[in-house]
Amino acid sequence: MDAFFFLIFATIAVVCAINIIVQTHPISSALSLVGVMGSLAALYLMLGAEFIAAAQMIVYAGAIMVLFVFVIMVLNAGGERLTKRGAYVRLFGVPLMAMFLGLLAFVIQAALPRGEMVRFGGFTRGGPADVGRALFTQYLLPFEVVSVLILIAIIGAIVLARKEID
Amino acid sequence: MSGVPLNWYLILSAILFCLGIAGFLYRRNIITLFMSIELMLNAVNLTFVTFSYKFKQVDGHIFTFFVMVVAAAEAAVGLAIILTVFKNRQTLQVDDVNSMKN
Repeated sequence: MDAFFFLIFATIAVVCAINIIVQTHPISSALSLVGVMGSLAALYLMLGAEFIAAAQMIVYAGAIMVLFVFVIMVLNAGGERLTKRGAYVRLFGVPLMAMFLGLLAFVIQAALPRGEMVRFGGFTRGGPADVGRALFTQYLLPFEVVSVLILIAIIGAIVLARKEID
Repeated sequence: MSGVPLNWYLILSAILFCLGIAGFLYRRNIITLFMSIELMLNAVNLTFVTFSYKFKQVDGHIFTFFVMVVAAAEAAVGLAIILTVFKNRQTLQVDDVNSMKN
């Protein structure tokens, strides 16, 4: 049953990721990216990361992608034109990438030969309580630094995107 | 109830990361390049969570959380930059934004 669900969501993720590259209009790419993020959230859930799965849906698929779609709609720049190198990329890039992925799979298989099995429910300490406890004890300083980073990003975005007043 | 090999998750993450790289190199639209970067970040997050499962530690989840925060900040600033570029040049092609090339 685990393998069944993994294969379903992995297939959705890979097909949507390919669709991001293939589509010419940015809005189609954005919607495919939402598909990737949703299926990744399901995979996180299977790995026992409940809090991360929820945050993935809320922060990534919700907030960030809404921002993307909003900017695409505002700019409305239409399709893109590829450079002349596009044909070569299509001819050589796909086989080379497949070769690289095969090599990478071989390396992963060689590095972790004893195939440990992932079972749903095999790791139960990924809930909000455990993540929050680690976040506010061991990782308190990075958490505060990251909140300052968010503040800087907000100010930077406002400064960059405002209308020139004077 | 046999489960899924841990390696499958890592290989899926590698596939998604490579697709992100391919999109970043192939596409010419700034917004699509940005989305490819987000795809790569997501692939790395999957690796973090997988190893968090393997070592039965919650640390990988914390790192994933920080990556999400940084991605949100990056998207906010980056999209503001894209808006500014479009306001000044009326184009989203990365090849046309080349005033620092010469």
